[in-house]
Amino acid sequence: MSGAPTPAGLRAWLDTDTPQSRLQARSISAWNAWRTLSSNALAMVGLGIIVVLILMAIFAPVIATHAPNAQNLAGRLNPPGWEGHILGTDELGRDIFSRIVHGARVTLYIVALVAVTAPVFGLIIGTVAGTLGGWTDRILMRITDIFLAFPRLILALAFVAALGPGIVNAVLAIALTAWPAYARVARAETLTVRRSDYIAAARLQGASTLRIITGHIMPMCLSSVVVRVTLDMAGIILTAAGLGFLGLGAQPPLAEWGAMISTGRQYLLSHWWVATVPGIAILLVSLGFNLLGDALRDVLDPRAASK
Amino acid sequence: MTSANIEDPRGPGRARIPSSRGLSRAARRVASFVFSLAVTLFGLLLVTFLIARVVPLDPVLAVVGDRATQAQYEAARVELGLDRPLPEQFVRYVGDVLTGDLGTANLTGQPVLRDIQRTFPNTLELATFATILGIVLGIPGGVVGAVFQGRWPDQVIRVVGLLGYSMPVFWLGLVALLIFYGILGWAPGPGRLDVTQQFTYEFDVTRYTGSVILDSALSGAWDVFRNAVAHLILPAAVLGYFSMAYISRMTRSFMLEQLGQEYITAARVKGVPEWRVIWVHALGNAMVPLITVIVLSYASLLEGSVLTETVFAWPGLGLYVTQALFAADFNAVLGGTLVIGAMFIVLNLLSDILYAIVDPRAR
Repeated sequence: MSGAPTPAGLRAWLDTDTPQSRLQARSISAWNAWRTLSSNALAMVGLGIIVVLILMAIFAPVIATHAPNAQNLAGRLNPPGWEGHILGTDELGRDIFSRIVHGARVTLYIVALVAVTAPVFGLIIGTVAGTLGGWTDRILMRITDIFLAFPRLILALAFVAALGPGIVNAVLAIALTAWPAYARVARAETLTVRRSDYIAAARLQGASTLRIITGHIMPMCLSSVVVRVTLDMAGIILTAAGLGFLGLGAQPPLAEWGAMISTGRQYLLSHWWVATVPGIAILLVSLGFNLLGDALRDVLDPRAASK
Repeated sequence: MTSANIEDPRGPGRARIPSSRGLSRAARRVASFVFSLAVTLFGLLLVTFLIARVVPLDPVLAVVGDRATQAQYEAARVELGLDRPLPEQFVRYVGDVLTGDLGTANLTGQPVLRDIQRTFPNTLELATFATILGIVLGIPGGVVGAVFQGRWPDQVIRVVGLLGYSMPVFWLGLVALLIFYGILGWAPGPGRLDVTQQFTYEFDVTRYTGSVILDSALSGAWDVFRNAVAHLILPAAVLGYFSMAYISRMTRSFMLEQLGQEYITAARVKGVPEWRVIWVHALGNAMVPLITVIVLSYASLLEGSVLTETVFAWPGLGLYVTQALFAADFNAVLGGTLVIGAMFIVLNLLSDILYAIVDPRAR
């Protein structure tokens, strides 16, 4: 009855109504979620964009036609299509296409770093506050509310100003402003499950509070948090690009899309492609995350979708 | 919150006994609003204070210069209060801020508060016009989307909105400048006024409010007024697009919720014209949560204006803060952060209060 090697057997294994093991039950629910998701054309477009972004980041040196920082002062500001420069060259004669491809790494780096810090921190705060309740809850949530009430970009701006410009500090600033939303989501989920029978059963078996939080409550909050993260990714990319544009994020000569727009700004009216092309890259990637996030919310979080 | 009594639909006679209970509940609610406002503003002060402390720049060196002797340095340090323990410094900082002393901006040589008074009206102008655009386009867009749910008008509006969500605002501003200023020549370039009008504004226009548009209209300087409006259109449209995306999306979902209610069916059965069912009955009820959305979008525009102002060289608070940032002018950065943050927090709470006033169930 377990996983057969043939595709037909695998389908049957995934379609059965009576799962035999925990692994099978999980696989079935993942398979069903995937089927709903893949029937949504826009979600697939979004997923496609993200996959392309990831592939571009991994194979950047292979895809790029030139070295991202190779200058050619004789060939400055040339239009797209000039001598093998697909998207033209910038003010130092660097190939814009290659810089966009390498910029995918920077974008992915920022997204990944924020995605592994802010939600984890928010998840811990939210589940601890929700499970312990009382004064712990009140104090933690008050702090969360204070951070939530701050304007995000302004706060990130002030943090970067204090820590000094740079990509890691930009990520840190974004993460510092992003976690409260996850804490709220996680706490709301925790409150719905903390009085459940299975929690009481775990407690009676002698599970410690730490074990209950990490083993029994956090997994229940994960799907809401994941949806929220996907929906937030576009905003995070835009904030990071905004910091880069202001000169507070990635520093030259690193090929970051926001910073590329910023330098292209001086040549906007005479050489439009330098500033506009990286913007299209940002637009596509955040559109991809938005499309996927919308659809994921419908699949993983039916309550939010029915609203 | 006296409106809780004024608007009591049960009439004065029956409302007498419940109203006294209602009043104390309203009072408690006001107290809790004031409390959370105070706590949040205190948190904002704490954060800006801590940011100022972790900055690698030495504020004493900024005052005495790097040729000062050790004794001069120590004297300045004591004078600035930097030798005191951190909590004491924080108390002094809070006291200064409460009395309106945000320090002096090195960049302009003026008190930060005066700089903010000069730049903030420009930011408010921009955010206000953008929000008006967002409301005028976003609400009808959302209603149409809900009425045609799933059909092509809905899809078109949804895609337009989604693009708005996904676009970097500074990039859209640059593209708008490129097309409407660079290629078509329809819009004036960056800046608040043309150079000649700027001259007239500096010398001939009385500053009643600080807003260029209002002041020039009040002074009858119509050339300046026209120029000021022409310069406002492009940045306000760019910023308004984002407001529209947000407002239309929320309008659509609130309208869908209302259109599924039984009172809509009842109105239709009663023979109420369809346009009235949609634009009066359903939208009227959808407006209750929408007010919150509009206030929140206004607050986020105040923040979004930082990038737009940079692109359009708009002399607002956002541009002031970013310029100060690069001049390492910390008083100005923190003062600006404080003002934008405080506005944001107040608007956030205002949206809660408005909701409680407009929605009788929330009372």
